[in-house]
Amino acid sequence: MSALVFAALYMIGDPVSMLASPEATDAERELIRQSLGLDLPLWHQYLIFLNKVFVHLDFGNSFLTGEPAIGLILDRMPATLELATSAMLMAVLIGVPLGIYAGLKPENLGARSVMTGSVLGFSLPNFWVGLMLIMVFAVFLHWLPAGGRGPVETFGPIRLSVFSWEGWRSLILPVTTIAVAKCALIIRVARAATRECLPLDYIKFARARGLSEARVLGVHLLKNILIPIVTIAGLEYGQVFAFAVVTETVFSWPGIGKLLIDSIITLDRPVVVAYLMLTVVFLSLLNLLVDIVYTILDPRVQSKAGA
Amino acid sequence: MTQMDIALASPALPAKRESMLRLFAQQFITSKLAVLGLILLVLFLCLAIFAPWIAPQNPFDIGKLNIMDSKLPPGSVSSSSAMTYWLGSDGQARDVFSAILYGLRISLIVGFVSVSAAFVIGTMVGLISAYFGGRIGALLMRIVDIQLSFPAILVALVLLSVLGKGVDKVIIALVAVQWAYFARAARGAAIVERNKEYVQAARCMSLSWQRILWRHIFPNCIPPLMVIATIDLAHAIALEATLSFLGVGVPVTEPSLGMLISNGFEFMMSGAYWIAFFPGIALALVVVAINLVGDHLRDILNPRNEI
Amino acid sequence: MQTRAPSSSDKCLLDVQGLRTWFHTRAGVVKAVDGVTLQVKQGEILGLVGESGSGKTITGFSLMNLVDKPGRIRADRLFFDGRDLQALSAKEYRALRGNEIAMIFQDPMMTLNPTLRVDTQMIETVQAHQRVSRSAARARSIDMLVKVGIPAPEERMSVYPHHLSGGMRQRIAIAMALLNSPKLIIADEPTTALDVTIQGQILYEVQKLCRETGTALIWITHDLAIVSGLADRLAVMYAGRIVEMAPTADIIRGARHAYTHGLMASIPTFDTRGKSLFQIPGSTPSPLNMPEGCPFRTRCYRATSQCVKEPVFEETAPAHGVSCWHPGIET
Repeated sequence: MSALVFAALYMIGDPVSMLASPEATDAERELIRQSLGLDLPLWHQYLIFLNKVFVHLDFGNSFLTGEPAIGLILDRMPATLELATSAMLMAVLIGVPLGIYAGLKPENLGARSVMTGSVLGFSLPNFWVGLMLIMVFAVFLHWLPAGGRGPVETFGPIRLSVFSWEGWRSLILPVTTIAVAKCALIIRVARAATRECLPLDYIKFARARGLSEARVLGVHLLKNILIPIVTIAGLEYGQVFAFAVVTETVFSWPGIGKLLIDSIITLDRPVVVAYLMLTVVFLSLLNLLVDIVYTILDPRVQSKAGA
Repeated sequence: MTQMDIALASPALPAKRESMLRLFAQQFITSKLAVLGLILLVLFLCLAIFAPWIAPQNPFDIGKLNIMDSKLPPGSVSSSSAMTYWLGSDGQARDVFSAILYGLRISLIVGFVSVSAAFVIGTMVGLISAYFGGRIGALLMRIVDIQLSFPAILVALVLLSVLGKGVDKVIIALVAVQWAYFARAARGAAIVERNKEYVQAARCMSLSWQRILWRHIFPNCIPPLMVIATIDLAHAIALEATLSFLGVGVPVTEPSLGMLISNGFEFMMSGAYWIAFFPGIALALVVVAINLVGDHLRDILNPRNEI
Repeated sequence: MQTRAPSSSDKCLLDVQGLRTWFHTRAGVVKAVDGVTLQVKQGEILGLVGESGSGKTITGFSLMNLVDKPGRIRADRLFFDGRDLQALSAKEYRALRGNEIAMIFQDPMMTLNPTLRVDTQMIETVQAHQRVSRSAARARSIDMLVKVGIPAPEERMSVYPHHLSGGMRQRIAIAMALLNSPKLIIADEPTTALDVTIQGQILYEVQKLCRETGTALIWITHDLAIVSGLADRLAVMYAGRIVEMAPTADIIRGARHAYTHGLMASIPTFDTRGKSLFQIPGSTPSPLNMPEGCPFRTRCYRATSQCVKEPVFEETAPAHGVSCWHPGIET
């Protein structure tokens, strides 16, 4: 994987010409090339790369700014995490009740409009939704800012903006943009799971014992449909993380997505490589986490695992 | 993507092709939204095909542009010719309406070509993997799984950063992202078919594997593949638009709808909203129309599959 | 075994007359229950016998008002403990379920929620009807588990249902039904899905519990042999209707309806050993397409032209009702 990425990125384009000023002489360009280690043969560069990454966790310095690539990324990761987490939370909190509602009485007019809405939700392109939101709320109504991140508070190495009202104002539009599509997906999953679980015996038995409808739906049904919902939500979180690229561009949100795009355009390879490696690790960890949560939620899997 | 059942292979269906089409058409009409989507889609197709004749202006013929006409609001009349800028003009005095028509062409071409190519490649891989099974099948599916575990946008971004700009490069990137979906669906469908009696009968007759695959198994796998193709078309168009919006997609000389929106983004703040708004509406309508059709197709062809 | 069968002077607990539960589907009206009349006295055990598709399960659900759309329940008279069930609001009915009328289902594998622990499900049953503390509800649940014969009840409470065998789960379901001391329990084929050895145990225990607590019981089953040892009275159901109802001994000694004769004759006994088993000819009519008049007409050896008219359920002997134009003991 790393070899593929490395080979692909390092063979294309010439970062030196991007970095050096147009009047630089050949000698000056050669100096830059040497300092970046680009004059060495490719396989040599790759070995140096592997050594630095896996032994020292050093992804090299950004061609652009000279700072360590990994530092740049870790610096901006909390911003993206903030965005992604808020969006998924919003999607789940709104999507699950709507999905259950749509599953209870599928022929209902309300249920059908929810389903139609969900088709709209996941078909509209992400950036278009963002654009529309900016147009309505920022340009026409002037209620919310059109971009950028609100004021941040520092918690150790992490800087978050969720805890202030100003921070929220900047957060709402990008979070809604992402949440729209994910909410639509969760509505569909919740509805399908509800329709599957509702006719089962244990729901009828719960009603036969005189339990309130709120309890039947909110405890008995919910615990059973949470399993597929959490699984999908977990997997989608990874997608959200990656797709943050788009939202961050639209809203000028200083996260790693924007960093990636800028690095790709300026051919700042170390940053791109570092981003990709980190994403691979992150996604793998996420999948692992989803598996673990799944075994916690579904007691039937537990006993098989333990036996 | 979830496992698809093959509802059409049940014995309850009429054997004749004409009556099957009639049955299909009858079922399709049951959703008014899907019919609406289909009508919209056909309308857009016509607009795109006949663009050179419908468009009041060829926006890429620089000679015809009058720089004094730039950034005119919708409905204004040109100062030099008798043309009305129905949807306004952009920063380079291009008629937005014409630009949309030409942009529609690019978007639809990219979408159709990439989906067709992905369909062919993915289906072949999936069918071969299902039919032969064993190590080849497992290896192929392993590749598919790895591909699918990566967020589509990242794969596309990396590929495009390596390949550079250009309509053909975008198509390649899109194909690379989509083929895996087809592969997995084709394999799923083919495995179900493989175990059916008519395949075993064909094997007994020592038909060549190519013949069995192509003439016997493949036709029965078409329904779920058609559903995926339709929905994938919408995804492809949306993804291309996203990539172009980010600046890594089609070049400025052959702008798709996404590129048009990107161009108009900067003008949104200053009030010339129409430059991004109308292409955005066009894009949204196309994508939603395709999704409505695809969603209903899925309901017809796979009644057990709700998600 | 200590028993106290109710006498005829006891008050009638459940009074059902003319119960009809019809499902209005697109294919037609499915008359699952089409005229059921039965009475259950306090502390009495009634066996409701019928083959699959006779409508006995739907009868149970109808009494609990648990029939889903497009089913509709109607009755000439549906009284429980002096209250008109058809006049109750949804909330009042819910207060009745699990509290004064409880139900036990057939398949213990599916009855308990697999994602909730046993104690959660038992405690919520108590707390749904009474304001008691969690620990009090828990204590009561443990007591009940002991009563139904579950060893080490504290440990059993903390596990998930799939850790337990079918017999255990059904006992827990029975315990849950008894938790709030109901006046009536409707048991829908509770032992059909269990091993034969466990069947006998559970039968015995349920009967013991009901006698001890004075709880009335409707035991729904297709197995006449099982229920004849258990019930005080039997009601035989066919095609959505009660065709015969009488004290158990009367039916065993002298059934009067041709269908009941057929049922009794199909039970393999020592006498029938070595001979081919008796079968009632023909098959049950589809509930969408009931024949006119007596539904058993097409399979009955006594059928005459009179049977085209719907027979009336009458008492041909004291406490022995039959729905037939030609009732009689001779086969």
